[in-house]
Amino acid sequence: MDTQALALSLKLAVGTALVLLPLAVLAGRALAWRRFAGKPAVEALLALPLVLPPTVLGYYLLVTFAPTSPLGQFYQSIVGTTLAFSFEGLLVASVIANIPFAVQPAQRGFESIATEVREAAWLCGMSGWRAFWRVELPLAWPGLLTALVLTFAHTLGEFGVVLMVGGNIPGETRTAAIAIYDRAQALDDRAAGVMAATLLAISFVAIAIVYWLDRARRPHG
Amino acid sequence: MASTGLRVALRQSAPIPLDARFECGPGELLALVGPSGSGKTTILRAIAGLVRPQAGEVRCNGETWMGEGAFAPPQSRHVGLVFQNYALFPHMTASGNVEAALPVALARAARAAAARELLEFVHLGGLESRRPRELSGGQQQRVALARALARDPKVLLLDEPFSAVDQVTRRRLQHELAQMRQRLRIPIVLVTHDLEEAAALADRMVVLHRGTTLQEGPPLDVLARPRDALVARLVDFRNLFHGEVVAHDAAAGTTRLRWEGCALEAAHQPAYPAGARVCWGIQPAHCVLHRRDRPSRGERENPVSGVVGEFLPFGENAAVTLWVNGRPELELRFSVPAHVATRNGLAEGVEARVSLLREGLHLMPYVPLERLQGEPGQPAPRAA
Repeated sequence: MDTQALALSLKLAVGTALVLLPLAVLAGRALAWRRFAGKPAVEALLALPLVLPPTVLGYYLLVTFAPTSPLGQFYQSIVGTTLAFSFEGLLVASVIANIPFAVQPAQRGFESIATEVREAAWLCGMSGWRAFWRVELPLAWPGLLTALVLTFAHTLGEFGVVLMVGGNIPGETRTAAIAIYDRAQALDDRAAGVMAATLLAISFVAIAIVYWLDRARRPHG
Repeated sequence: MASTGLRVALRQSAPIPLDARFECGPGELLALVGPSGSGKTTILRAIAGLVRPQAGEVRCNGETWMGEGAFAPPQSRHVGLVFQNYALFPHMTASGNVEAALPVALARAARAAAARELLEFVHLGGLESRRPRELSGGQQQRVALARALARDPKVLLLDEPFSAVDQVTRRRLQHELAQMRQRLRIPIVLVTHDLEEAAALADRMVVLHRGTTLQEGPPLDVLARPRDALVARLVDFRNLFHGEVVAHDAAAGTTRLRWEGCALEAAHQPAYPAGARVCWGIQPAHCVLHRRDRPSRGERENPVSGVVGEFLPFGENAAVTLWVNGRPELELRFSVPAHVATRNGLAEGVEARVSLLREGLHLMPYVPLERLQGEPGQPAPRAA
């Protein structure tokens, strides 16, 4: 089994989930409670990675990351390496591809909090910040945990975007999903089978946790 | 009342029109009553700082919470609000809910002790560690009340606090509120659509309609003497008619009235000159059925006869609609105990006579009553 690829996948999945969590909290909270012009357009944009073919997203990211692009040039001038075909590039791509998996459950989590409960917190004298920590976050937590787990599991299984942006560099961009493809192409069924079964088990456990959390959230579920 | 108590004057044209003005003194319980959508809850939320009306002022004990360009956020107002659905923090225990409203500076042990004391004050001692979902509706309401009191509020606001509990619990909670308010020296504003509740609990009541305060006064005064036909409709005055003032007799304390060929006598109400057209109304309780078997002296007081147009047994009573002079458009509604109805042979189509008690006959400025059609509290027009 390609443990290096598995380790890279886990690192990418954890990194993506952790980077997306604060973004999901901010965006999910704003989408749950704020009313603003163009909200449907913003929501559609954030949900786009759900329906976009991964290769399409990957293609645009590759073009954006290219050393000839403004972003690629800017990144290279600061870090000294290219964003495309690097782990960092993979992480950025993965964060973008996973936005809906993080933002939507977070939004549902905040939407589940009744307006009056937030107002009650203010009337208890809590500042916005204190109300966020003491009332909003504990109540939205199941949604946020779902966001974390879904992002983690989805990143593990990501293939198209990763291949387009990262290629297949061992130790740098070859994730478990790429390694399975690589082994299957090389007719190494045993290695591919072990890796596939491992990913299957991890994904199943992660999704089971999401459903278990959803049940636990409902008081009489 | 200039420097103590609560002073509210709110004006706004949208989204919900408001033109409300009232005051509530320390220790006073003021009921805001009106049909659904009359702006009661919006006014309460404006006092709490949860909404900001376009114009007006909210002052409490000399502090300006809103007005002159100022708008204090809810955190700094020290308002205790019991929400209609209580809005307890579901992830905290009863004690945690109350502690959440106690000053942050208080030491942990002192907070727990203060919370316990407040929960005992609302008769919830021993249930400190229960979460809201483990409490009954009445118990949740008490936690919400304890939490509202925990901030040592300058004003207590109750938004239909008894609407979500069963009748037995409601009676008990109302009783407890009546007891508790004797110990609270702050203004209490109660929002309710229940006129009986307002009459039982409030010192004064404000009638609201489409965001406008129409009348204010002691509940029994407002209920017996509505300012006009609209207020009369809102406080469930069932019998409203047009009539004409004939003459006043100050010495006898009476005002004589002509109504559809009947001569009626009301208590002296000199505000309406002789010859003036007026609206007049009478509550069902002031319509007394004449007994067939035993005529009495009271029968000389504004006797009216007609045909029973509708007879509806309703629990221990029977709701009667009398078509005065046999005319279906002149509906006089009253109710009688079921046994009285039986003894007098009341049934649809039977002739009956009633007396309209003089002191219950209330005059109001003339308005076309048809204009009140469709107003809340107005029965749907009968099909022709």
